[in-house]
Amino acid sequence: MEINPKQLKRTPLYQKHIELGAKLVDFAGWEMPVQYTTLLDEHLAVRSNVGIFDISHMGQLIVSGKESMQFLNYALTNDVSKLSPGEAQYSLMCNKKGGVIDDLYVYCLKKNRYLIIVNASRTETDISHLFQVLEVFGKDKDVHIDLTQNSAAVAIQGKNAVKIIELLLNQPSIDGAPVKSPAELKKNQIAAFLSDKDHVWVSRTGYTGEDGFELFATSLIIIDLWDKIFEIGKQFGIKPAGLGARDTLRLEACYPLYGHELDENSTPLEAGLGFFVAFDKGEFIGRDVLFKQKTEGVNKRCIAFKMLQKSPPPRQGYPIWNCAVETNPVGIVTSGTHSPTFNIGIGMGYVRTEVSAVGTELEIDIRGNRYKAEIVKKPFYKKQ
Amino acid sequence: MSKIPEELKYTKTHEWVKIDGEIATIGITDHAQHELSDVVFLELPNKGRQVNAGEACAVVESHKTASDVYSPLSGEVVDSNLELLNDLSLINTDPYGKGWFFKRKISNHKEIENLLSAKDYKKIING
Repeated sequence: MEINPKQLKRTPLYQKHIELGAKLVDFAGWEMPVQYTTLLDEHLAVRSNVGIFDISHMGQLIVSGKESMQFLNYALTNDVSKLSPGEAQYSLMCNKKGGVIDDLYVYCLKKNRYLIIVNASRTETDISHLFQVLEVFGKDKDVHIDLTQNSAAVAIQGKNAVKIIELLLNQPSIDGAPVKSPAELKKNQIAAFLSDKDHVWVSRTGYTGEDGFELFATSLIIIDLWDKIFEIGKQFGIKPAGLGARDTLRLEACYPLYGHELDENSTPLEAGLGFFVAFDKGEFIGRDVLFKQKTEGVNKRCIAFKMLQKSPPPRQGYPIWNCAVETNPVGIVTSGTHSPTFNIGIGMGYVRTEVSAVGTELEIDIRGNRYKAEIVKKPFYKKQ
Repeated sequence: MSKIPEELKYTKTHEWVKIDGEIATIGITDHAQHELSDVVFLELPNKGRQVNAGEACAVVESHKTASDVYSPLSGEVVDSNLELLNDLSLINTDPYGKGWFFKRKISNHKEIENLLSAKDYKKIING
């Protein structure tokens, strides 16, 4: 008898994970692989060759209709009008106070049709929020919000990802960006290609700090592609990679993670994501608070730090101290780990603006002992 | 499959105990090291520290999490495996050998009766 007491959701690739001997964990209600061999092994495979991730748990929304662009520009912080078919952008969805409801990727598949990839942990909140926004925007407007069913996705990440995609789908695109092959896609471009009888959307995006691609299609197509990717990827050193490696990779690249660097009490400007807030596009939810922060400054900022001495790895929730302010902590760690690439403790966290400059010395309180750290320029890791 | 040597005693919290007269050697099990994955940091108790049974007295950390290691028995810490601090990978590759954590004097032999046999521990990790 198979026991699944919490009724965890499973992706179409669940059986593949079992066959590969993955260790599975509950992630936002999904039974997901956290590692197949070891986190270190998988992390280094992505940094030096290539890794493949099941990202089917992420929410895939389709927003369509004649007024979908205007609607998204009202609901999100970045400027969707800048996207041509086949182009994508990172964006944030805020509440009226400028707090982040979710961070997401918007892909313009064609005119008036957008694919939005959101965090698994936020999918339900996002959908109900978007419907509320639609009430305000105008129910009579031509906007449709749908959660795609029976869909799946994988990410191929690492410098050899392009070699795999070249052999996997070597043909001109049929939709989205007009390219002769997926290897021609530029960063943040997306196009559809034929795989057997059905199509697969391929984008040059990712969450690891490496070059790579994300593939979106129906469950059946993705299961089929998963096997083909392994077959082709063998010669390029491909390894399946779990959520553990995904987290250390994104942290080295300083990509925020919802529930860590982002939540409804932090704004994109505090998180250091002002680049993705388009103030010149007109009204959008959260604009007033965000504009005030832009002109008057923020009280806290999300910084990256590295440990300066041997210490236990920093973790979410540890207090951050600064010698100039001895009475109280100046901030809190939001993410931390032992960096597999640099072999030191690294982390991100929020600190008061006056102690947020690069080079500022901090102390991280780890179980009552303080260890020296220093604010460094983001990201820790940048691909060559 | 995780290794569970017959001659050792175990705890529900995945420590192993080797009884040698008045001295108990303690480490974490093969199952525990596998669950943790690569160990990146270790804190061991100092020699001379008095610890009660069930008290957290070491911390072992992987990339993902920090886990407390509990003392299965009461008594004084008589030795800590400082060589382990130079090569944490021994916890992963040789958990029952060179990967031992600390030794303690057994102050209450009755506590040994509370430890699990290899057979009982196996039942626990197999759910």
